[in-house]
Amino acid sequence: MGAAPLVERNLIFVTGKGGVGKTTVAAGLAQMLADQGRTVLGCEIDAKGDLSAAFEVPPSEFVPQRVADGLSLMAMDTEASLREYLKLHLRIPIVGRIGPVAKAFDFLATAAPGVKEILTIGKVCWEVRERHYDTVVVDAPATGHIVSQLSAPQVINDLVKVGLIRSQTDWMSQILGDPDQTGLVIVTTPEEMPVSETLELVAAVEEKTDVDIATIVVNRLLPERFSPRDEAVFDKIGSKKGRAILDDELGGGALPLLEAARLATVLRRSRTQHLDTLRSGLPAGLPLILVPELFSRTDGLRATRQVAVHLGEELL
Amino acid sequence: MPGTSPIENLLASREILVTCGPGGVGKTTTAAALGALAASRLGGRVLVLTVDPARRLADALGLKGIGNEVTEVPAAVFAEAGAPLVGSLSAAMLDTKKSWDDLIARHAPDEETRDRILANPLYQSLTGRFIQSHDYIAMERLYELHATGEWDLIVVDTPPTRNALDFLDAPNRMADFFSSRLLRWLIAPARSGLVNFASKPFTQIADRILGTEFLGDISEFFISMQSMYGGFIERANAVARLMADDRTSFLVVSSSEAVPLREAEFFAEQLAQRDLDLGAVILNKVLPESLTDPAAARSAAALEEGAGRLAGRLATDLKLDEQAVERVLATVAESYTDFAVVAHREASARERLPTQGAPLLTVQRMEGDVADLTGLLEIGRALLAPSP
Repeated sequence: MGAAPLVERNLIFVTGKGGVGKTTVAAGLAQMLADQGRTVLGCEIDAKGDLSAAFEVPPSEFVPQRVADGLSLMAMDTEASLREYLKLHLRIPIVGRIGPVAKAFDFLATAAPGVKEILTIGKVCWEVRERHYDTVVVDAPATGHIVSQLSAPQVINDLVKVGLIRSQTDWMSQILGDPDQTGLVIVTTPEEMPVSETLELVAAVEEKTDVDIATIVVNRLLPERFSPRDEAVFDKIGSKKGRAILDDELGGGALPLLEAARLATVLRRSRTQHLDTLRSGLPAGLPLILVPELFSRTDGLRATRQVAVHLGEELL
Repeated sequence: MPGTSPIENLLASREILVTCGPGGVGKTTTAAALGALAASRLGGRVLVLTVDPARRLADALGLKGIGNEVTEVPAAVFAEAGAPLVGSLSAAMLDTKKSWDDLIARHAPDEETRDRILANPLYQSLTGRFIQSHDYIAMERLYELHATGEWDLIVVDTPPTRNALDFLDAPNRMADFFSSRLLRWLIAPARSGLVNFASKPFTQIADRILGTEFLGDISEFFISMQSMYGGFIERANAVARLMADDRTSFLVVSSSEAVPLREAEFFAEQLAQRDLDLGAVILNKVLPESLTDPAAARSAAALEEGAGRLAGRLATDLKLDEQAVERVLATVAESYTDFAVVAHREASARERLPTQGAPLLTVQRMEGDVADLTGLLEIGRALLAPSP
């Protein structure tokens, strides 16, 4: 494809079905890039505070806050984005009385498709264009919303023939469509629904947007516990006779241990199947990065750092 | 009442159950499981309304597919699963675009208005591409199905919204939207050819940003829609009333992981604030209790320590390779310890979850994917546990 390596791009969108660890991967990626000496802006679109929680800092705001060496965080706010946009570009007298205009705009954003999306995508593209940071990592909306987000400039182009918004969409489209600058990372887990949604999303992104899918991250891969030969041994140990010996030696309590190991094996097996489905369904040449299940106590900074290490091993 | 099952009580007394919660936690499966449970246990005509086009759900219910039209699950599917139907179970999926078109057709004063709206590029973009319209139409379709009076119980799952509660606000937002002064400003110039004083700053800015032509499109669209405003507002208010009605209960569904739990907590709070009834909080994919059993943890430690000695005896008695046995035992201990960390983390998060007084129900992690009615009914039975 000839695109730049992911770590050298300026704008990285991270998306995925709810519950697959999208935010943890976005945080880990931002952390890993900052560790490489790049200046990174992490941008949270949903504004639920999950990205800040991954770094164990207070909920971020629209104005980026520095939270660690080389790393700043912001939360998207379409009204604030509009305010900033009007201030920078419009220079019209109404700016002093932004309240009613913002309200009117909020209303219009509901009526006119793409307006909210363009304010969101416009802000992150602007940060990229102005080179305020080496990389902007966007904790983007979940799979259901990302396509309308990324295709907002085209939608606007289709609907709006003239006007200020129209004049703004060209440079945004240019940044979004440039695989040396922009990449989409789709996070999934090796489970049935996330895999089928990922395959659908890949097709939709390729059909409806110009954004390059840089990589798929398969999160929560379970370790392979037993080789096929060892699994046969495990089955024998789990037999009535084997269990009796274990109970005798351990003073009871063998059953829960064996059950836990069996659960781990069954889960691993079903996840391997789903991973195969994913592999065979993806377009050739699309990289796949595997991140193991962490078995960690929290999903805070420690988990973020562990993910950063795994991503670094795969991407650097 | 100790000993009664909160879920059985809800299934037997409500007309609408709405499952809501973060994405990826099994909302759709839970809704289907509850519908199947009600139909096989309590009787009545039960409908599962889903927004998730999951192929698997259709398969599990023995249907070729689930579409916008209501389809009844064949009784044979229940008989095969060993749970004969007492009532009936049907399923329908929400097709946003089609539901919008139906809504327009129903409210349009004449065919010409209907066709003009359906052909408007703004309308097509609004209904086809943008998720916001999903929220409203889901509630609208629910209202319509309820109003037919054909169903004793409708179990509905909600779209995974950006803002967890968008779907609850959608009817009110839609009503606000159509009665808004701003909307009048927007369409006033196109109607009268004049810009009135109050709307002038707005029109100017909108014009600068969006361009006159697009504003014209918007105006035309809303003028076409205007004949239906009254109907829309009335309907949106009726939908909001139905949600707040005591025939309706909400079920917050989550997993035990930190991020979904935070969202579930937020959901429960918001429902309480809006005076909407939270029937239960349901946590899916819960790990087995034995993983937090201190005795089992001690056994795991003993196994790790004594793997060598144990391997000798097991290998001799079971005629196995000693090295392989030792390797397997060490892995068993390690696997237990790994999962125990997760189980403890999740158990502790569950204990701290405020549920606004609603019962907390758990469903154990299933070993495979839920692929058939037996699987759905298994989940249903897990939910039947009496309140502690």
